[in-house]
Amino acid sequence: MSCTSQCSEQQENDIHKDAKTWQPLQELLAQYRGKKGSLVAILQGVQTIYGYLPQQVMDYIADTMKIKPAKIYGVATFYTQFRLKPVGKYHILLCQGTACHVNGSERILTAISEELKIKPDETTSDGLFTLDCVACLGCCSLAPVMMINGQAHGPLTPDKALRIIRGLTAQEQQACEGGSN
Amino acid sequence: MKIRIGLGSCGIAAGALKVKESVEAEIQERKLEIEVQSTGCIGMCHAEPLLDVIDEQNKVYSYGYVTPKVVKQIFADHITGQSPVEQYLISAPEKDCDFLAGQKRVALRNCGIINPESFQDCIEHKGYQALKRVVTEMTPEEVISEIKQSGLRGRGGAGFPTWFKWDAARKNPGDAKYIVCNADEGDPGAFMDRSLMEGDPHSVLEGMALAGYAVGANQGFIYCRAEYPLAIQRAELAIKQAEERGLLGKNIFGSGFDFEISIKQGAGAFVCGEETALIASLEGERGMPRLKPPFPAQSGYWERPTNINNVETYANVPWILVNGGKAFSAMGTDKSPGTKVFALAGKIKRGGLVEVPMGLSLREVIFNIGGGIKDDQKFKAVQMGGPSGGCIPEELLDTPVDYDSITQTGAIMGSGGMVVMDENTCMVDLARFFLDFTQTESCGKCVQCRIGTKRMLEILERICDGEGREGDIELLEEIAVKVKEGSLCGLGQSAPNPVLTTIRYFRDEYEAHIRDKKCPAKQCKALITFQIDPEKCHGCGTCARKCPAKCITGEKKKPHVIDQDLCLKCGTCLDACPSKYRAVTVE
Ligand SMILES: Cc1cc2nc3c(=O)[nH]c(=O)nc-3n(C[C@H](O)[C@H](O)[C@H](O)COP(=O)(O)O)c2cc1C
Ligand code: FES
Repeated sequence: MSCTSQCSEQQENDIHKDAKTWQPLQELLAQYRGKKGSLVAILQGVQTIYGYLPQQVMDYIADTMKIKPAKIYGVATFYTQFRLKPVGKYHILLCQGTACHVNGSERILTAISEELKIKPDETTSDGLFTLDCVACLGCCSLAPVMMINGQAHGPLTPDKALRIIRGLTAQEQQACEGGSN
Repeated sequence: MKIRIGLGSCGIAAGALKVKESVEAEIQERKLEIEVQSTGCIGMCHAEPLLDVIDEQNKVYSYGYVTPKVVKQIFADHITGQSPVEQYLISAPEKDCDFLAGQKRVALRNCGIINPESFQDCIEHKGYQALKRVVTEMTPEEVISEIKQSGLRGRGGAGFPTWFKWDAARKNPGDAKYIVCNADEGDPGAFMDRSLMEGDPHSVLEGMALAGYAVGANQGFIYCRAEYPLAIQRAELAIKQAEERGLLGKNIFGSGFDFEISIKQGAGAFVCGEETALIASLEGERGMPRLKPPFPAQSGYWERPTNINNVETYANVPWILVNGGKAFSAMGTDKSPGTKVFALAGKIKRGGLVEVPMGLSLREVIFNIGGGIKDDQKFKAVQMGGPSGGCIPEELLDTPVDYDSITQTGAIMGSGGMVVMDENTCMVDLARFFLDFTQTESCGKCVQCRIGTKRMLEILERICDGEGREGDIELLEEIAVKVKEGSLCGLGQSAPNPVLTTIRYFRDEYEAHIRDKKCPAKQCKALITFQIDPEKCHGCGTCARKCPAKCITGEKKKPHVIDQDLCLKCGTCLDACPSKYRAVTVE
């Protein structure tokens, strides 16, 4: 269960040694080397590779691309898309846009937070779920909406949202039991 | 015979891919020769997934709320049996659809009709005709003059005359000039630009190329928010298709005009919709707005003259150049010519995208086209312009939708989001919601915006929490003026609008919160309690099982009670209680 957190620690320790991410990182940096104004695109690329922006990678980019670490950190914290912590296996984007708000998205948030015992922007201790609130997924006519790993669900009620999440939890438990046999 | 399936984001979210699979399976099973096409969003998002059957005479039968089961029925009765399935039919040759009847589609002319991934479809629907004629027959000045005649005003919010910006960017000197398409669509509750990019990307590209020709730019960027992956994917494909055929790139139509377009993804910041912040973000910086002038048309991307327009603005341009500026200005009103796309959402029966001539009344849009309020509740207000806009109450429903009339109500036209609210929406909570949004999204550069919105939010939170004080309303009004006056960009200048309009039209609701500690709409958690009526409760236990806080107890078949100390006030019990009992109440 603690696998995800261990892996990410390993990544933190030696980004150079993990061939799976090292190669794509080099390709990414090569693509943007010498092109001015590419910092946002570089960080987006890093997040695609690692799922978040590891501190070590940001330092590494500062070093090799000759950008001030403060500037990288400034950009990374300015935009909501960038994450400084790893995400869980299931990334829940709960819409809190206007249409979803007037259709009761607050209640969905209360129910999910209570069920998973996490607040927005947090990940469950087993590394399974990360909850993020976003403003409008563009599916306003299905409000209230949440998106889990790219799949939109709506219109939600607290009950329906919990059923979806419990379904995923059950699926994981089964996989776990199946795996240990 | 053809079958067409709506595969926009909303359709896919509603299950359109499953519908497509079952259509393909039926065709195979029945060994039929039917072409299956996918298309973008026609705008009837409330009825998704949508499926059209187009017969040999090109007559279109549109079905809504389609599931794999309905597909089976359509194949059995309509396709092989020749009699349409009335129950799911939303429009047919002899059956007009209220939703589409009052509309006039210019920007959305191809959305929901063509296959956005098919270049052939684009060409058959007059794609790139305007560009061909313009670059081979017209001078840039003539293009600008045609746009001037159309009276087209920017669809991104402020409604600035498009020709004027083009003219300025053309006349300002620079060794390079740029065209930017603003597809950041930050207003939560609006999705016009997404649908346009998903449903008809070539029209946007063509509009940008035309602007490039008029301004003298050879490079264009689409700045699209990352939350719209499908829009980005379709625009990328469209760029590739156009490049392969020489409609973008070098020497377009042999005219010597070069124009290329690339896509840049936003990274999630509302303020990046503001044009100077957008440029900073394009340059890889934090998206902080700066003082204007210089305007982007003078000094924009890398300090070169840059023209920024909204997606919908560009989508109108090819139509204008094919049909003439006069045809465009013949629609709409004197000062707001043409049509405008609106995203109808919230408590509306038929939510979706509508495009109407400017000057139609709000009532016509919301009731005739949108079908009125969901669950036959009573209309309370419509929010226009998102976080920069305001709420328009029932007594102003006959206001015509055009830039100037809407501004007079205290709201703004904005990009076209219309969120409809019924009696169950608390206007104080709504103001708090928007302030929470703008306060989080404020980039922090201006003190008044950074700190003023924070103070306003605190006051609104305290009113919603039942801790409001006498004088709070006046204090809100006072800070609002300071924030408006002391902010550099549109975000701060307009952030107080939702608060000011709700105070203007719903002051009694603020007073009820502050003086009587009551929330008339029964939404503010601190001011309501959920209760179970022991007379009505049959002890079925449904609510107790569903309560996420596990705070409902009681013996089987005996009245249950809610532990008020543990209650989260999520309202799950209210939904869960079977309608034959209705034992849960809110006070
Ligand atoms: C805070 C803020 C957010 C904005 N967001 C958007 C947006 O999401 N999309 C857009 O087209 N314009 C947005 N605008 C307006 C742009 O600054 C600019 O006026 C517009 O893109 C110009 O295009 P137009 O003339 O075609 O309307 C925003 C403005 C402000 C102040
Ligand atoms: S407001 Fe939630 S999807 Fe648009």
